[in-house]
Amino acid sequence: MARMKFLCDAERCIECNGCVTACKNENEVPWGVNRRRVVTINDGVVGAEKSISVACMHCSDAPCMAVCPVDCFYRTDEGVVLHDKDLCIGCGYCFYACPFGAPQFPQAGAFGLRGKMDKCTFCAGGPEKDLSKEEFAKYGSNRLAQGKLPACAEMCSTKALLGGDGDVIADIYRQRVLKRGKGSEVWGWGTAYGKPEQKAAPAGAKS
Amino acid sequence: MSPASRFILAAAALAVATGLSACGEREQVIVYKQGKYQGKPDTKPWENDPNASLYTTSKWNKGDQTSWEAAVKTRNLSQNEYNRVQ
Repeated sequence: MARMKFLCDAERCIECNGCVTACKNENEVPWGVNRRRVVTINDGVVGAEKSISVACMHCSDAPCMAVCPVDCFYRTDEGVVLHDKDLCIGCGYCFYACPFGAPQFPQAGAFGLRGKMDKCTFCAGGPEKDLSKEEFAKYGSNRLAQGKLPACAEMCSTKALLGGDGDVIADIYRQRVLKRGKGSEVWGWGTAYGKPEQKAAPAGAKS
Repeated sequence: MSPASRFILAAAALAVATGLSACGEREQVIVYKQGKYQGKPDTKPWENDPNASLYTTSKWNKGDQTSWEAAVKTRNLSQNEYNRVQ
């Protein structure tokens, strides 16, 4: 099996936050912790507004794993990056290292005291007995152990958010782009830095 | 060959060798030393009983990774409405 990945189609995401709600509900995520969130750019600008749903991307070469001082991260055979909360010391290094802001820290006391890190598990639970109360309390639902995919992706009403085997969802997205004839240009080098044939944006233009 | 030209030849050879040494291909990606996971072991998803969950359509043979992957792939492909709605 290839690696489990998320892919969000910005042409389809309507910023409904259904994925966020599904995640919160499925995993009973505490107040103040958002394993998933929807990011919108050019909000309110007609034709230019784009939204994507962001959570842990389960990186193949995860920086959080690299910086963790207590080595509490591991990667499953399916490529899901998980961590052991019994080992986590809540230092926050993973938060600094993560380019997506995925690691979340529940407030554990007064004066901003941080609790143990919490993040998207790809609905794969954690290092406790599968489908046990302990696993649910610490890590949330283990849908992979039930032969399901993450709740956020399966709940997405427009199927903007795809989750699963990277090869399969890439094929789905590719077919989609070919059918509608656009959409892939939202991402990539050309979008971020401009294409050679394009004129540079005028000074003072909104990014 | 005079000592002077021999010296120039040696210096040229040294310069070429020094210059070419910079042409070696180096690893461009920072490779960190992977820390060894210190936590508890985790069970594999396919080691679970498919009937343990009340609400699932996925069926696989307990302990059989291939059948679990096939079940998940079926579920994965159902995200493609171009295939679902013909």
